[in-house]
Amino acid sequence: MNTLELQKEEASTQPEQAQTMTGSQAVIECLLAEGTDTIFGYPGGAIMPIYDALYDYRDKVNHILVRHEQGGIHAGQGYARTSGKVGVVFATSGPGATNLVTGLADAQIDSTPVVCITGQVFAHLLGTDAFQETDVINITTPVTKWNYQVTDACEIPEAIAKAFYIARSGRPGPVLIDITKNAQVQKFNYKGYTPCNHIRSYRPKPNVREEYIERAAELINAAKKPFVLFGQGVILGGAEAEFKAFVEKSGIPSAWTVLGAGALPTGHPLNVGMLGMHGNYGPNVLTNECDVLIAVGMRFDDRVTGRLDKYARQAQVIHLDIDPAEIDKNVQTTVPVWGDCKETLPLLTRLVEKKEHPEWLQKFRDYEQQEIEAVIRKELHPQTGEMTMGEVIDKLNKLTKGDAVIVTDVGQHQMVACRYAKFNQTRSNVTSGGLGTMGFALPAAIGAKFGAPNRTVVAVIGDGGFQMTLQELGTIMQTGIDVKILILNNHFLGMVRQWQELFNDRRYSFVDIESPDFVALAKAYKIDGNSISDRKDLEAALQTMLNHQGSYLLEVTVTKENNVFPMVPQGCSVSEIRLK
Amino acid sequence: METNHKHPEKKEFNITVYTENQIGLLNRIAIIFTRRKINIDSLNTSPSEIEGIHRFNIVIDETEDVVRKLARQIEKQVEVLKVYYNTNDDIIWQEMALYKVPTEAIAEKASVERLLREHGARAVVIRKDYTVFETTGHREETDTLIEVLQPYGLIEFVRSARVAIIKDSEGFNQKLREFEQREPGEEVIENEYLNKRDKVFTM
Ligand SMILES: Cc1ncc(C[n+]2csc(CCOP(=O)(O)OP(=O)(O)O)c2C)c(N)n1
Ligand SMILES: [Mg+2]
Repeated sequence: MNTLELQKEEASTQPEQAQTMTGSQAVIECLLAEGTDTIFGYPGGAIMPIYDALYDYRDKVNHILVRHEQGGIHAGQGYARTSGKVGVVFATSGPGATNLVTGLADAQIDSTPVVCITGQVFAHLLGTDAFQETDVINITTPVTKWNYQVTDACEIPEAIAKAFYIARSGRPGPVLIDITKNAQVQKFNYKGYTPCNHIRSYRPKPNVREEYIERAAELINAAKKPFVLFGQGVILGGAEAEFKAFVEKSGIPSAWTVLGAGALPTGHPLNVGMLGMHGNYGPNVLTNECDVLIAVGMRFDDRVTGRLDKYARQAQVIHLDIDPAEIDKNVQTTVPVWGDCKETLPLLTRLVEKKEHPEWLQKFRDYEQQEIEAVIRKELHPQTGEMTMGEVIDKLNKLTKGDAVIVTDVGQHQMVACRYAKFNQTRSNVTSGGLGTMGFALPAAIGAKFGAPNRTVVAVIGDGGFQMTLQELGTIMQTGIDVKILILNNHFLGMVRQWQELFNDRRYSFVDIESPDFVALAKAYKIDGNSISDRKDLEAALQTMLNHQGSYLLEVTVTKENNVFPMVPQGCSVSEIRLK
Repeated sequence: METNHKHPEKKEFNITVYTENQIGLLNRIAIIFTRRKINIDSLNTSPSEIEGIHRFNIVIDETEDVVRKLARQIEKQVEVLKVYYNTNDDIIWQEMALYKVPTEAIAEKASVERLLREHGARAVVIRKDYTVFETTGHREETDTLIEVLQPYGLIEFVRSARVAIIKDSEGFNQKLREFEQREPGEEVIENEYLNKRDKVFTM
């Protein structure tokens, strides 16, 4: 070993001078070493030592006191989605930890990197039904990428280092570290923080195999009607530029999943729209007509594929994904390109021929024209009657020019917002895709704003979903964060009502929901607001909301019984998509 | 290893999992089966020949298509190093069984001893009141001995989980050394199920 290597060796084994500190102080030191600037959390008995340590670090890290732990983790998710960094969440044991479960499940299915730290009862009390003891590790195992219980302070630096590495690497996901109270108060010799970048049993991404790339390129070059589907993998891999280069060189029409929205600007000439149940007409119908289907960082969710045995049976399928468990899971692949698309896409781009597919692209535009005539025109420009959700989103686009972060809740307004919102930039669409968690939007929007402080953040929420996590108005009030809240009030649990109308003979079973005076409610939280129901007020009201200094709530009353179309009814093939 | 999509047939598969020795991992692996409502017929977990590495043997009755998906989802877990799946033809397997019978009944009937010898059983403990026999073999063999011993007042019976050796495996020692490297070879880092797919390149 030469001297240089020796020096390096020493440097890595003795990062800093060892210091005696408590486990709790070490938690904060490790988070700071990871570059954490924001923590969303809620204190309680079993995590009090960590909060006590946090008191000394108030000027180094911004702790956001949420109003419910579910809000905490959704905020952490929103933060991660707009910033690309790992969201950090604190909660106490028992009810604090169980309140995280919905958010963990959401982050797991939507591959969102978050690290949750929960307090736990003293180690000697584990298994005794102690006050606020729940078996958090076992409750959260199915909904975490990894979890770990710390019972000795000495484990803390390594556990946190692994947590961050696992949360953000490979296919990202949520990680939970449960720390018993004795470990939090225990003094130990903190030797500094060494980030983790290797775990022998964990392969975040494979070496790329060129022969697969070559096969994929051959298929693409021979294709007459190639079609690209892209998902959040492009965004998670930071591969937007690589993706755009691939699409532009190959000239292939490209459609997105809900979580992939914005990875390629919505206005791009090769962006042909949204896939899936409420996606665009062309992309759905032509899935069953293309000859080569190229899926990039998406997982063939059933909301995208509809009936699987009638999905793209005629096509050769190329699947680019970082997660080998996704390959062949739902759709049998002809050429699997397993790897990080930031690496695989440029290799593929190099081998594909420069092409245009004008006639094939025209087919998408023809279907789009049919959709405009049957659906879009009357959704965006209704001449009479009450307002539609679509026209609100369309107006919003005109005012934000497609530069805002749009956070949506779950339901009709979500599908409408995803269908009609314009996204010029990546990391602009924050929504609960895989889990469909009502109540996601308000807390996620708070986190999204902390993650992207220089961007306008608009939360589009239904009257139902808003009432699931509206207590987070308190978080807005206390932090003074600037979030625009746009409630599209149809006085119904609209999406369920739509299904009841279409498939249950209009038997409206418990979908009629009453709401409080939203503007008065906002006012109680010192948030300004307005409520409108007349089309002539729409533009000005939206403009006021956007211009307002600080948070603002705008309620827009829309038609009660409007339906989201097109629609691929459950159990139907994508080519059986209905326009009405 | 082609899957027949038209007539997927369920059969016994042996899933071998090499893991780190980590609390909670058993649960993490088990729920991959239970979430699909798949019953685990047999489960053995024990330290492997390599220090710190555990080996699971899991037996389920499923179609190959499902087994392949399960194997990938197991291998995805952070502390899992490698997963293999094999049919019974690909492995050598054994289960061990213990039988407790009244010593009196055996002493009285000399033929019992002959029967036991025929079934390859041996006495582990002989006491005045009872004797414990042990035999190792396939399920049918250990089952047969239950029937044989039943007339002599079989008191208690227990069978272990299945352990299996994969016929064409070269062991895990070399693999593990590869895993420990930062830039491991293709062998380790690649997904074996991709390589095994017959029709990957059909066009
Ligand atoms: C936590 C949760 N509970 C129930 C549902 C089922 N669900 C999906 S959409 C929807 C209706 C949402 O109503 P609203 O928030 O008013 O939005 P709209 O569809 O009217 O736009 C319901 C109840 C869900 N997705 N999440
Ligand atoms: Mg509603």
